[in-house]
Amino acid sequence: MRNLPFLLQKEFKQIFRDPAILRLIFIMPMVQLILIPFAADYEVKDIHISVVDLDHSSYSRRLVEKIRASSYFQLVETPPSYTEALKAVESGDADLILTVPADFERELVKSDEEQLHLAADAVNGIRAGLGTSYASQIIAQFNNEIRGEWYQFPRKSPFPRIDVSFANWYNPHIDYHIFMVPGILAILVTMVGSFLTALNIVAEKEVGTIEQINVTPIKKHEFILGKLIPFWVLGMVSITLGMIVAFVVFQILPLGSFLLIYLFAAIYLLGVLGIGLLVSTFVDTQQQATLFAFFFMMIFILLGGLYTPIESMPHWAQWLTKINPPAYFIRVIRAVYLKGSNFQDLLPEFWAMLGFAVFFNAMAVRNYRKRSA
Amino acid sequence: MNVFWVFVRKEFQHLLRDKRSMFILMGLPLVMMLLFGFALSSEVKESNIAVLDSAQDEASQMLIDRLDQSRYFEVAKVLRDEKEIETVFKRGEARLVVIFPNNFQHDLHYNNQAQIRLVGDATDPNTSSIVINYASAIIGNFQQDVLGDEKLPMRIETELRMLYNPQLKSAFNFVPGVMTLILMLLGAMMTSVSIVKEKELGTMEILLVSPMKPIWVVLSKAVPYIVLCMLDLILILLMAVYVLEMPIAGSLVLLMAESLLFILTALSLGLLISANVESQQVAMFISLVGLLMPSLVFSGFMFPIENMPKVLQVISNLIPTKWYYSIVKNVMVKGLGFSFVAKQTFILLGMTVFFLALAIKRFKVRLQ
Repeated sequence: MRNLPFLLQKEFKQIFRDPAILRLIFIMPMVQLILIPFAADYEVKDIHISVVDLDHSSYSRRLVEKIRASSYFQLVETPPSYTEALKAVESGDADLILTVPADFERELVKSDEEQLHLAADAVNGIRAGLGTSYASQIIAQFNNEIRGEWYQFPRKSPFPRIDVSFANWYNPHIDYHIFMVPGILAILVTMVGSFLTALNIVAEKEVGTIEQINVTPIKKHEFILGKLIPFWVLGMVSITLGMIVAFVVFQILPLGSFLLIYLFAAIYLLGVLGIGLLVSTFVDTQQQATLFAFFFMMIFILLGGLYTPIESMPHWAQWLTKINPPAYFIRVIRAVYLKGSNFQDLLPEFWAMLGFAVFFNAMAVRNYRKRSA
Repeated sequence: MNVFWVFVRKEFQHLLRDKRSMFILMGLPLVMMLLFGFALSSEVKESNIAVLDSAQDEASQMLIDRLDQSRYFEVAKVLRDEKEIETVFKRGEARLVVIFPNNFQHDLHYNNQAQIRLVGDATDPNTSSIVINYASAIIGNFQQDVLGDEKLPMRIETELRMLYNPQLKSAFNFVPGVMTLILMLLGAMMTSVSIVKEKELGTMEILLVSPMKPIWVVLSKAVPYIVLCMLDLILILLMAVYVLEMPIAGSLVLLMAESLLFILTALSLGLLISANVESQQVAMFISLVGLLMPSLVFSGFMFPIENMPKVLQVISNLIPTKWYYSIVKNVMVKGLGFSFVAKQTFILLGMTVFFLALAIKRFKVRLQ
């Protein structure tokens, strides 16, 4: 262990000597953290609707007015025919076409039943599904209104009715920032940790300086610690910066304790560094390291619950998320930030992350010895 | 020109010899298509919910059963009092709590008006509102059934038509997105890193003493990646059609031609990056953070561009992936012809020429 301080000194010097790397480590992720949350709002809103009104009755005009007034829709145009409206869908200007058939009002009064036609651009299935369901809700409300008027006299709830009230906890204003920012923070730490270690060690291999270190009396674990510690420190600094950005730009502070976040971040970083280390033991060039790190990162992030909820995944994929370290950290950091969860609540995550840290580093050390023996 | 092809062949051999890289370059599109196709969806399925049933009567039990049996929900926990809601949420054990008041059945049958409260964990706002929507719909159906066969007057029915994608398959949305990302990744990142590598190792100097102009040396390194991109593209299209059963609605020739144009755009970006940096680490970081991230965010594939603040919407116009994504959607999914993608095509063409010119200019300055 006597050699460790010297190794650390060397590593830190190397890192600080290269201003480009330093800039990249700190500035680029911060820019990401600031920009992505502004863009990453995938709430379905502002659905562009085009209404073809072939009836021109008082009912049809009221329905159009109701749609115009709703917050979900933006009425883009009222073309004279369905064919015209379809052109707007093709060019991407409209998402939804509502067609009111001729004689809509007359038929409705006469035969107590009449149809409206709703066509949606379903390239994006979710948008189409929600759009048509919002439109159907408005039509149902409209239906209730005119039915009530038709009765002429007010009655007290003539049919059994269930009133549903709802509340959104932890995020009553449905703000995407407070959902995305902690998640992106987790990704940031993951990228800094895994990519940088993997690349750094492989760079030494590629340039050949690792041979020089191998012939010195430095022990393997000293070498590995010498690589781990600086990047661990960088990782902790970057999460601190990230939390500052989250507060300054988005006014987001954790409801739970900072200490808890640091505790989990410290353990998580160890695991991520272990992954980076492991990657570096079985690749030879930086290009390979990049590809490997990118490949796993893609899978990790996509299966991490950052953008799509884990319980919507099929069972085999849910099982995969159990061995996916970022999935745990994303969950933890969101729970502490948004719900103020405490250590007790997150105990299962704690053990899992500790397990990852031990596992990956042990694997890396083992693999490392094999190669250079 | 002969020398050029010799160089290209050398680069191919380099690339093919690296089995591990090839494995990832071919495996990445495969894995992404499978993940997006079968694992990822923002649709709500079998969400865990908790119930707090103070009524414990027949009506509340029926409704709870109905929620549990629907394919959207699974009743994971039965709570005894309001305080437990907090714990359930903090541990992430349920997305939604359904609360029945004391006299649910009595209210429903004798007062014709009963109340239900839904509390959603809105940490994830999208999922929370979808879950609340679905639960409300199930409660609405339940109410219809309580009503029995009684026919209401003045019924407005709505006939629904889903254009282009009647089964609402998510593949129609993500296949163009995966194509965009993969081509960008391979074209820009791999090219830039592979060129900078020569600079870093000093072998670039050796290449430059050859009788070829520097720009041809650089271009010869890009050719194998064009071929690789086309292979990946074909792989993705084959999987889309045969594994995910998503037909290609428009002209295949047009789609391939547009894709080739986009590959060139990505390559020219890769060249531009490699002209400006000296180390692979920096090249990689720039392509990853400066290129791939914006490509993902601004393509319109994961996040709707209309939702973004105006400034970002303006910026999104500068990102090539936005235009290619729109081209692929129009041609491949909607089956539209060239006139519907002409604008996007010219923008991509313009960008490619611009990046390429800039890269060549920089290379000249640096390499002589």
